[in-house]
Amino acid sequence: MRNAFASAVIERCADPDHFFLTGDLGFMALENVRAALGPRFVNAGVAEQNMIGVAAGLAREGFKVFAYSIAPFCYARPFEQIRNDICLGRLPVCLVGNGGGYAYGYMGPTHHALEDCAAMTALGVRVLAPAFDDDIPAMLASFEGPTYLRLGYDCRPQGAALDAYAPWRLVLPGQNGILAALGPLAGVAWRALGQLDPSVRPAVWAVTELPLPSIPDEVLSAIDEDLPVIVIEEHLAAGGLGMQLAHALALRGKSMRRFVHHHAIGYPRERFGSQAFHRSLSGLDEQAILALINDKVIG
Amino acid sequence: MNNTGNLRQIALKARKRLLDMHYRAKAGHLGGNLSCLDALITLHHAVMQPDDRFVLSKGHAAGALYVTLWSQGKLRDEALDSFCLDNTTLPGHPSGPGIPGLMFSTGSLGHGPSLSAGLAMAARHKGDGRRIYCLCSDGEWQEGACWEALIFAAHQRLDNLTILIDQNGLQGFGTTLEVISCNDLAPRLAAFGATVKMADGHDHSSILEAVSAGEKDKPLIVILDTVKGRGLHYENRLESHYLPLSEDAYTEACAKINAELLS
Repeated sequence: MRNAFASAVIERCADPDHFFLTGDLGFMALENVRAALGPRFVNAGVAEQNMIGVAAGLAREGFKVFAYSIAPFCYARPFEQIRNDICLGRLPVCLVGNGGGYAYGYMGPTHHALEDCAAMTALGVRVLAPAFDDDIPAMLASFEGPTYLRLGYDCRPQGAALDAYAPWRLVLPGQNGILAALGPLAGVAWRALGQLDPSVRPAVWAVTELPLPSIPDEVLSAIDEDLPVIVIEEHLAAGGLGMQLAHALALRGKSMRRFVHHHAIGYPRERFGSQAFHRSLSGLDEQAILALINDKVIG
Repeated sequence: MNNTGNLRQIALKARKRLLDMHYRAKAGHLGGNLSCLDALITLHHAVMQPDDRFVLSKGHAAGALYVTLWSQGKLRDEALDSFCLDNTTLPGHPSGPGIPGLMFSTGSLGHGPSLSAGLAMAARHKGDGRRIYCLCSDGEWQEGACWEALIFAAHQRLDNLTILIDQNGLQGFGTTLEVISCNDLAPRLAAFGATVKMADGHDHSSILEAVSAGEKDKPLIVILDTVKGRGLHYENRLESHYLPLSEDAYTEACAKINAELLS
């Protein structure tokens, strides 16, 4: 999604009230952004706490600021600067974390982002987790206050067409329950279930914002009918989409009687590998999703 | 522009108001408030222009900021009377919209220099000519984030940024010398690319001279030689960092200030 992001940022930053800071990341991705923004593009170096403080200073003077790094260096290293400097003042800073979940694969767990959505929503930061490249321009157009943009890889089936962006978006119809996927896993589920008959598969929904936006009626109806509800997310269970959905439903007096939650499980065997490896261990790849549906929904 | 005689009178009145405020609230942190109060009065009454920015990085000196704003007529007595009490707009570390000119919530050390660098970059980009002033403690420079900010500010040639360091030599649980050898800041700061000036932090003329000694393309750092808890019974002692005033100590300190005001 980096190239899609770069194009969207250039378009957004045509407005001169925008700055772009990077923590020395962006080789072969952000060169065009640097060229387009000129002095409003600042490489703040390998010093993320300072970068977020500087971003807050610029934002306090009326600029909208993007602050870009590998995801954990963007939300975890400068956590206190986000909390105190950005969130207390409700400042318009968009933290751009490249590589949500296990996306940095072999680079190892220091480069993974498994609790980012929980940490950011706990601070009142709006989390945007695009499922597809096409989501990014609409997301950037809506950027106002503290925001965290979680970039990954667009996994949709080749040539698949998308409806207009919405934070809950039906990407694959189905009549046997609901599968809600956080961000790019919607594309993975779409690929996994596309060959199944709509009468036996759940509808696949891409969920791309947290805190959870209002739940669509179709989803609520499925819950009322006690149909299966499957949540998949490349994020730890604590504070992620599954928990936020369960909480939102509990507040409405509803419960999911047939709830299945597949989420990132960390590193239970202290073995490391590609994103595909970790997705497989967590039951988040195509094969595991198909097996899950066959077992818990169809079977 | 105030002359130094006026500044001394303003500072004495502010000091008395600070003691009163802290005594009523039974609040600590008086030592670090008194060490920087003269500098805050000098800055706000004789240095800063209306559009300039101030960031209190050493947020535990909130009381000194509040009485400085009070001395300018920007905060009222009723507000100061609520300091550190329930439902106040003036907490022990500054936050919220009830504090005129406050740019950020501070209190966790090490944030101010980066925030100020961002403000300075914004001012330069807009070309509005404003200056940014940031007050740190000396112990605060044990925070790595301060050095990140200084590297950045020097590299970006932010010569509209002035950082003042209240060097009172005492921190929470010891002297800066014994805790982490933080006693030779000037050469370290200069090595990072800042212009560094020394000043007597309780002498308004000395402060004025130092803050006007900036150089082109370099951030300016003014190290203020100060006395923690200045004028109190626990002056220059560790107790002044945390302990509130007893009634006897408060009465004695007020009497001294009253005598100075009359002299």
